[in-house]
This record gives sequence, structure tokens and C-alpha cells, in this order.
Amino acid sequence: MKGQRLRRVFVWELPVRIFHWLNVLAIFVLCVTGYLIGNPPALLSGAEASNRYMFGIIRFLHFTAAYIFMFNLLFRVYWSIAGNKYANWRNFVPTNGRYFTEIFKVLKIDIFLQRGKEHMSVGHNALAGFMYFVIFLASLFMVVTGLGLLADNSTWWFTRAFIWVPAFFGSDFAVRNWHHAFMWLFIIFTLIHVYLVFYHDYVEGRGEISSMGGGWKFIEEEQFQAEKPE
Amino acid sequence: MAPITPERRLTYYEELRHRGYSRRDFMKFCTVMAAYLGLEASGTAQITKALMNTPRIPVIWLHFQECTCCSESFIRSSHPIVADIILDKISLDYTETLMAASGHAAEAAMQKTMKDHYGEYVLCVEGSVSNYGDGEYCCIGGKSSKQILQEAAAGAKAILAWGSCACNGCVQAAKPNPTQATPIHKLVKGKPIIKVPGCPPIGEVMAGTLVHLVTFGAIPELDRVGRPKAFYSKRVHDSCYRRPYYDAGLFAETFDDENAKKGYCLYKVGCKGPMTYNACGVIKWNNGVSYPIQSGHGCIGCSEENFWDNGPLYRQMSSFPGFGIEANADKVGLVAAGAVGAGIAVHAIATNIQKRRLIVDVIDEGKKAEKELDNPLS
Repeated sequence: MKGQRLRRVFVWELPVRIFHWLNVLAIFVLCVTGYLIGNPPALLSGAEASNRYMFGIIRFLHFTAAYIFMFNLLFRVYWSIAGNKYANWRNFVPTNGRYFTEIFKVLKIDIFLQRGKEHMSVGHNALAGFMYFVIFLASLFMVVTGLGLLADNSTWWFTRAFIWVPAFFGSDFAVRNWHHAFMWLFIIFTLIHVYLVFYHDYVEGRGEISSMGGGWKFIEEEQFQAEKPE
Repeated sequence: MAPITPERRLTYYEELRHRGYSRRDFMKFCTVMAAYLGLEASGTAQITKALMNTPRIPVIWLHFQECTCCSESFIRSSHPIVADIILDKISLDYTETLMAASGHAAEAAMQKTMKDHYGEYVLCVEGSVSNYGDGEYCCIGGKSSKQILQEAAAGAKAILAWGSCACNGCVQAAKPNPTQATPIHKLVKGKPIIKVPGCPPIGEVMAGTLVHLVTFGAIPELDRVGRPKAFYSKRVHDSCYRRPYYDAGLFAETFDDENAKKGYCLYKVGCKGPMTYNACGVIKWNNGVSYPIQSGHGCIGCSEENFWDNGPLYRQMSSFPGFGIEANADKVGLVAAGAVGAGIAVHAIATNIQKRRLIVDVIDEGKKAEKELDNPLS
């Protein structure tokens, strides 16, 4: 067989990579502390309660990570207009029929593992992009319900502006329940996401995993010529 | 004091003096009410002045689908005047539970109050209204609860929705809600409605709300869902004396473990204090003796909407809709994550079978390139 010539393409700009890893950190902290808030461990301690602030710290970390998560997300929305074509919002929101054709193709090749011509995209494939859009909507839901739960205890006008959320759901009970349930969406997303990154790296051998480190992907010469990235 | 003539309705103060209360008792009452309402020191004088000068406001108190615990709570509020001033002969023109009249006489009294004081009386509603069919699940005196409510609401100055039934529907509205128990605010539009939720609400909170209405001639400041801010702006959690244990992460695991004996936080045994807006931790119950958490039982969130369907009471996480009683979000999530994990494992194996050709090609290519590096001339 003839050796493939690979071209190095700069795909993920630095702001995208910073967003990604901040997001990873925030989601990790949010899930762990969030789970603990819903189901705290039983501690036995001889210490005076006044000397301990364990649960207070857990909640503080949760709120801090939540604000980071939110502003990070807002920044990413801005970057979906300002960034390069791989960061553009059109990668995430289906606007035409081609998008759906690609989703079905990716489903066929990568999810149902049909043999055939591999689908090699440079940035996000359509299915992945669409899933990121879904998780973006879930993130918005988490931000809004979280701020709603915090609103009554907050003194900041921005957070207080979400005071209508519990009233909309009826009570804090319902908001809390949904806020908690949606955590599992993020856990499941992470499982699938990490697996598929390994899958692409292993099957295609184009530096999928390291691309989120340095921003570079390696694209076959023939595809490079077909796509002609800028 | 103005002379008492048959034409003039008595003021609250005059009525109380007639009933044998001293001015000292009256002043104590005004002070207590000012404190409950969270007014500044001058508030006492305002309340005193209002109760001395305003003729009593006629009150119609309706009972629908409920258990009368609101009335019970009200007549047990810590200051005796509270019950006397509103519930006894003084103000109440109609209430099924406590009025002396019955049958047609009682119905006639209500009609008379509604006609004579059209636009002036306060309508207190205890209980939810059956909205099913023609309202046949709750009929009083040959009329459905919905009909009675709408007739009485037409001429009311303000409506007080007592308790969780009138505010949210309460347990009669629990799934599947066979009678379509409906809270007041969904049936009456265009009237000021004050919600005083709780099952029951605290007697002093009910009295305070009424006294505010009398004193200032206006409805008290309400929060986003229509509850008086003076009593419902804080969560039970925020005024809980066990809060330091919560912040420290010290929790009782069961009701009879060592931690429960030490008085640790009841969060893990299902206390809903962190989600419940009420004044229990401050005003407390039974003349300020105690409240559920102080007595060793978590808050069940009785003043919150839908608390009855957000069970179980003794666990923090609610059961998840559509997955049975025992399935909370964590169990559903864990099963889903497990299924996804299994799916990933299967997919990984299938990948190695299905994409074998491709994977081998990529590996071969890499090996070839490696060899070329070792023997650049070959």
C-alpha cells in the first residue's frame, strides 16, 4: 500500500482549547460537589461544629464552579461568531439538509460501524456538533435552574433576576429535582464523548486526542485538497 | 371614644373592651402584632390607632375541600385576642365551623353580608375547590364550591387563601387528583389574593396578615408567588438552629443514631427545610414552644407547592416522575450510565472487528514509516 501523506491543519484555536478544559474542570467539580450536596457522606467527628465548614466549602465550590461554567459558556457563544470556521455556530446548529445527511452518514459509519468510505471531517462531524448543541441547551437549563435556586440567597442583582424560576416550576422542590437529574446527562455525555475521542484517534490515527492540546489535526493530503481549509 | 350608636359599626378596640379586655391587653396585642409583622417601633402605634378607629371589617370565611386545620391553628395562636378579634362574634359573619347559626339562617346571613358590605368584606378561603364536572364533589347548601367561591369573590375587597389547600391544592390535589382540586388563584381573577400556605399555616402568621390588612387598609408586600414577605421571605433552613451542623457537614443518618442524639442536621433523613419558605424557625408553634425540626423531625415542606407529590418524606431526593416510587434520579441515572458503559464496551469490541481492515492499514502505514526512518535509503 502507498504511504499516506498527512497535512498539519490548525483546527482548535487557543480560546477554544481554554474553553474546553475550563469546561472539563467546571463540569467535574460541579458533578462531584453537586452529587455530594444531594447526597452528603455521613461523617462522624468529635470536633465542634463551629470548627468545621465542610459542607459550606462543598457548596462554595459548587457555586464558584457554576459561575465559571456560566461565563465560560457565554464566552464560547461569543467565540462561535468571532472564532475560525471550526468554532462557528454553524457547526452546531443544523441549518440545512446537508447537515442531516452528514449526521446519517456519521451514524452509519461511526456508530453502527458499517464498512465503507470513512467519513473524515476536519473539525466537528455533524453528529458531534449537534450533540454539543444539545449539551449546550442542557447547560443553559442547568445555569437557569441553578441561578433560580441561588437567587433567594444572593445579593447580586444578576442572580436575583432569576427569582422567577422556582415560581415557574412551582417550588424549589421541582427545580432542585430537575437540576439534579440533568447532572446525569452530563455524566453520560462525558462517557460517550471521551470514548468517541479515543475511537477516532485509534481508528483514524489523525491525532484526535492531542488536537485539544495543541490545536493541530493531521489530515490526509487528498482530503486536504478536497476541502482546502483556509 | 365616639358614642356608640346603632348606625355606627364598632371599632375593634370598642368590641374588645366590651368583651372585657383591658387596654393593657390590647396594647400587648398591638405590640406582639407589630413584632410579628416586622415593623419598626412606631408600627405599634400605627396598629393601635388603626384598631381604635377603624370599624371592624366584615369577614366571610369559606370552607371547601380541607381538614379545618387552618382554623384550628388560627384559634390557637399565642395571643387570645387574635382568635377573639377575628373568629369570635366580633368579625366573623360566616364560617361553617364556628358560627352559631345553621341551615338557611346561616346562608341568609352570608347573603346579607355580601349584599350589605359589597366591595368591603374580606373573603377568607380555607380549602381547595373541586373543579371536576359541575363541582359535584364539594357542595354546600346545594351549591358547588366553585359557585360559592365565585359569588363570594365578586364583592370581596381582598381574598385570603388560607393554607396549602387554597394556595396550592394540597393533598387532595395529589396525583391523580380525582376531584380536580384547584387552588383559589386559578379560579378567581382580578382580585387581590394573599396566599398564606402551610398545612396548617402558623396561627400568628394568619393573624399578622389579617391585622396588616386592617391596619394599613392594603394588602401586605407579597413575594413572587403571592405570599406575605414578612413571613415567607426566608427558608426554614436559613433560620434553623441546626444550620451550623449542616454547614459543618454533620448529619443524622437515621432517627435513632448517635448523630441524631447529638442534634445534628436532619438533611439526610429528608428535611425539606432548604427548599421551604416559612417562618417556622422564628415564630415556631404552640406559643413558640417548638417546631418540627426542634422536635427531631425534618421539615416536610408543607407550605410548598406540590410537596405531597415530591416524596418520599424521609429522603432528600424526590422520586423521579415516571419511574416508580423507589426510583430517584440517581438510580435512573446510574442505570443509564451503566447501560451506556456496556454499550461503549460492545462498540469498542465491534469496532475492532468491523474496522479491522482500516485499523490494520493505519498501523501498517505507521510501521512502514518507522522503517523508512531507520533506513532512509531503502
